Amino acid sequence: MDDDTSDFGSFYEADNEDETNTIINMSYKVLVPVKRVIDYAVKIRVRPDKTGVETANVKMSVNPFDEIAVEEAIRMKEAGFASEVVAVSLGPKTVQETIRNSIAMGADKGIHIETGTADLQPLGVAKVLKKLAETEKPNLIILGKQAIDDDANQTAQMLAGLLNWPQATFASKIEVDKANNSVKVTREIDGGLETLSMKMPAIISCDLRLNEPRYAKLQNIMKSKKAELKVQTPQDLGVDISNKIKTISVEEPAKRSGGIKVDSVDQIVQNLKKHALI
Amino acid sequence: MFRFVNKLNHINSSLLINNGIRYYSSKCLVVAEHDNKDLLSSTLNTITAANKLGSDVLLLVAGNNCKSVVDKATKIKGVKTVFHADHPLLEHGLAETLSPVVVGLKERQQLTHIFTPATNFGKNFIPRVAALLDVGAVSDITSIKSDDTFTHPIYAGNAIATVKSEDAVKIGTIRTTAFEKAPVEGGSAAVEQLDWIAPLVDQAASSTNIKWEGSQVIKSERPELTGARVVVSGGRGMKSGENFKMLEELADTMGGAVGASRAAVDSGFVSNDLQVGQTGKVVAPELYIAVGISGAIQHLAGMKDSKVIVAINKDAEAPIFQVADVGLVGDLFKVVPELTEAIKKAK
Repeated sequence: MDDDTSDFGSFYEADNEDETNTIINMSYKVLVPVKRVIDYAVKIRVRPDKTGVETANVKMSVNPFDEIAVEEAIRMKEAGFASEVVAVSLGPKTVQETIRNSIAMGADKGIHIETGTADLQPLGVAKVLKKLAETEKPNLIILGKQAIDDDANQTAQMLAGLLNWPQATFASKIEVDKANNSVKVTREIDGGLETLSMKMPAIISCDLRLNEPRYAKLQNIMKSKKAELKVQTPQDLGVDISNKIKTISVEEPAKRSGGIKVDSVDQIVQNLKKHALI
Repeated sequence: MFRFVNKLNHINSSLLINNGIRYYSSKCLVVAEHDNKDLLSSTLNTITAANKLGSDVLLLVAGNNCKSVVDKATKIKGVKTVFHADHPLLEHGLAETLSPVVVGLKERQQLTHIFTPATNFGKNFIPRVAALLDVGAVSDITSIKSDDTFTHPIYAGNAIATVKSEDAVKIGTIRTTAFEKAPVEGGSAAVEQLDWIAPLVDQAASSTNIKWEGSQVIKSERPELTGARVVVSGGRGMKSGENFKMLEELADTMGGAVGASRAAVDSGFVSNDLQVGQTGKVVAPELYIAVGISGAIQHLAGMKDSKVIVAINKDAEAPIFQVADVGLVGDLFKVVPELTEAIKKAK
């Protein structure tokens, strides 16, 4: 374990852990996990052998909720709260694109956890992030509330549980109170909104309405391509990412039978009557 | 073919077990969603899902001064025991304080399953519980194939995954629209007070330093969106929040609820708790009327299991018409008031 932390130390020379803990106004670090997923606009296709969804030659993008998380972290930096934003992604080498996208938006550096083609599930991801939280010592970890591929909505909550940190999920507003080392979060709940306050370090997951992510400038995109990424494996971190939930099959949902187009309101009413709805 | 045979064998063996001695090896804890006065109906759907396991169903009511909820819970058909955990810090269902209570119950009761509704309440705390128990979780379960095999939608409902959990305790959230509500009468569950919870809850609150500051709950006379028989939803085509009054009138004519697309919420027409879709609420009413909604993948994810879908849109090419049972191409500002009047007359 010591080897791992010293690796981090040499890579991130500017990082000073003592400062983070003692000087309130300095060196607040925000860790933002980002996931590479099939682009939200793509109509997905289930593989004929039912093992999953076709991902070859399909447009991939950053999970939309994660872009919101990155944007929020960058705004914290611009507001003088955060001093450093670290983007991290797990997966094969292709996820480096996703990390570079975050850097192009304004993240300071990236960590790639190389997992090859392993079936990543929220618990394994949360375990890796927990290790990174211990070495990187962020004050806040901001995640998307769910990935639009597995739709699990679990990673932030699991990470909070593993770290025993407070959590505010489905955030639509975040206010940092530096003086009290706390953060106030407005959450989207089923009946409306709810406000929590938490001491940092804390976990936040973002809802859609938190902000509108910026587009990266071309110049920053070019710069991000050269950014050096820290690459590690779960083994380096001593984390077992295997999981006990096995996918048996993936199938297409039942198709709706084709409907009809009508020309008048009366015909709508007739149809509703036919279905005994009025 | 091979896979098919295997599947049959599996079904047979589980039937044998169930047909032999009444075999209660499994215990499913349902964590109730409530407001300290009443149970929310999402809990009833979850109890039905739990009963599909053929196991003992145990219900946890954790809250503050929530005895009236416990009293109602004991009458629900299909519940064996109601666990009552009362503590001021459990009032708002915070994940930090609720999770240790659930974990404590798991240790004391040898639970095999833990289910809760896939509402924002359930989604918020159940993964935290799973992590504390070092097990995975299955989100948004839509069917229960056996005690370890479940289906759930992925990719905004465009694929259905069947998963098998090999974890010692199976944890999941239940998509409420996929299961009927358990009857609120006919049961006679025992009540067990959980007197051991106070130190766990206090400790969790102090170690995480979480504070509930307040809430803004939007009040409505209309039925609750996820349980409504009829839902009338508006999209960007509504042009303003003011125009949603038209949809409210149509909804009221049919005793329905009003929903919205993300575009309508983002444009500030209505509050975000009305959003139907992949990242909002999932509804499956008998009738869904989509007005001025194009029908993006993300919106369809939240409503395409509705029994009958009616679409009103001026764009004949809008994707919503591909899932609509009845579609009318036309100007919603003309069609909707006409439809409201026509339905009033037809009744």
